[in-house]
Amino acid sequence: MKRRGMFFRKALNFTVKLWSIFFVALAVTIIAWVLFTVFRSGLKAFSWTFFTESTKPYGIPDGGIGNALLGTLFITAGAVIIGVPPGILGGIYLSEFAQGRKRGNIIRFSANVMMGIPSILCGLFIYALLVYTTKHFSGLAGSAALAIIMFPVVLRTTEDMLQMVPDSLRESALALGTPRWRATFSVICRAAKSGLITGVLLAVARVGGETAPLLFTALWSDDWPFRFFTEPTANLTVTINEYATNSPFDVMHTRAWGAALVISIAILALNIFCRLAFKDKKGI
Amino acid sequence: MAILKKQFVNPELPDRLFRVLTAGAAWLAMLLLVGLVGQLFYCAMPAVRRFGFRFLVASEWDPVNNIYGALPAVTGTLVTTAIAIVIAVPISFIVAMYLVESAPHWLSVPISHTLDLLAAIPSIIYGMWGLFVFVPFMQTYIQPLLADRLGLKHLAFFGPEYNGFGFLTAGIILALMILPFICAVMRDVFRLVPNVLRESAFGAGATHWEVTYDIALKYGARGLLGAVFLGLGRAVGETMAILFVIGNVQNLPRSLFGSGTTIAATLANNFGEAEGILKSSLFELGLILLLTALGIQVLAQLWLNRIRKQMGEQ
Repeated sequence: MKRRGMFFRKALNFTVKLWSIFFVALAVTIIAWVLFTVFRSGLKAFSWTFFTESTKPYGIPDGGIGNALLGTLFITAGAVIIGVPPGILGGIYLSEFAQGRKRGNIIRFSANVMMGIPSILCGLFIYALLVYTTKHFSGLAGSAALAIIMFPVVLRTTEDMLQMVPDSLRESALALGTPRWRATFSVICRAAKSGLITGVLLAVARVGGETAPLLFTALWSDDWPFRFFTEPTANLTVTINEYATNSPFDVMHTRAWGAALVISIAILALNIFCRLAFKDKKGI
Repeated sequence: MAILKKQFVNPELPDRLFRVLTAGAAWLAMLLLVGLVGQLFYCAMPAVRRFGFRFLVASEWDPVNNIYGALPAVTGTLVTTAIAIVIAVPISFIVAMYLVESAPHWLSVPISHTLDLLAAIPSIIYGMWGLFVFVPFMQTYIQPLLADRLGLKHLAFFGPEYNGFGFLTAGIILALMILPFICAVMRDVFRLVPNVLRESAFGAGATHWEVTYDIALKYGARGLLGAVFLGLGRAVGETMAILFVIGNVQNLPRSLFGSGTTIAATLANNFGEAEGILKSSLFELGLILLLTALGIQVLAQLWLNRIRKQMGEQ
């Protein structure tokens, strides 16, 4: 190794440290800048009618985002209903029946790869599968696209959570003569309950702010989302997209910021909640 | 007796059903993957037949005459991804290093959590912030500084004209988005370095930086590469953050300040109103993006699996 003077080494060390502090400060500043902008511009839009009125066509100055808020709730709930059960069942298979087997590795590998697929392609897939064949955009198609994103996430977290349940619990349940399915659902899943819920909530937080998969599936609309299965369905993110890019009106920009604030708060709150809940669990 | 008999007809049946059901759900992961590729390929067939290999190298995008080429979108994707990686990897490396190796505990814990939360913010928020805040900021401060003050506009790839939009802006926003992901994996890699190694280096009189560079970096180099792969995978397919700031014109990238498009942005912009051969061309673009993303993911997973195995054997 090359010999260098003490001064040079200390100077280099100091320089690197300065740069690290600079970049950490830079990263934190930018985060603060983004959040500050969203809060400052978004709070202006907040009022009672902002949450209760539906969106209005271009040129009409009043209106809110009530329908988009409800639509996002519907679409996300739909995604949970479609995506979570197979995710949990698949996770059970990986954890209970496929440990240390080749097929388990193949499935795990596919799920990991699937998590890396650009979300807009899930939108294309569902478009070709559901929208093109039925000839209409619908909230249901949006739910399906989000469910495809959720599925591998739930699958993997379920497996991880079930793996944390000690084997002795499994063995004692089976030793009592409990059938496998019964042991899995009422003993193992119950022991891992909070972990499973955390996993699902994190998956919800992940898809709740997605825009790209909804562009060609749920589309958007100014109506209330009561024809969820057959008509384009209002939702927050695509509304933000429309208001921010296709509208010259400041009122609409403000409303887009308001919607952005709503969705940011919801997702950050979900994330923080999950972290705190799970940390407590691990601490015990 | 009849009841008992009925109970014992086939006690295995529910369990077998349970097993088949869960196995079916698990194999869905692979089925969906195959289905995705197959579906996009099927929908892209008309364009593949019509344009053939030329689609990949042609740069026209002419809806009037129905001639489409993928080159502007593909090169745009490559350029934005490259900018994002070039910016995000060194910064996340240095931030991760600082947080794990030398930051005091009271600082590193909240900052790590903040960075993790940053990863959760939806991409459309970055897009909006980019459009309304960062694009004007680039136009009034950064780009004049780079182009005029530093005289970079005379260089070939910077370009004399700027309006805030374009590849550089998109690349920076993208870098901001993938930074928390890369940083999180890098933090884990640094944490895996055994403390004994670190302590012995400190004991031999090494400085903080020398310990990081000569010990931690070399120990975890392969894991760091995995982190870069993960960032790459995210950057390639990002849609909303780029859509707002790239400028959305079907041109080949000429300069960093110039406007252009990416595969995902082209899809988001045109797919809604597309018909016939245009729609099929867009599906083919989607297929290109899918195969790229799959390639990156498969490489990343294989690489990380190999490392995990080797680490396990040690």
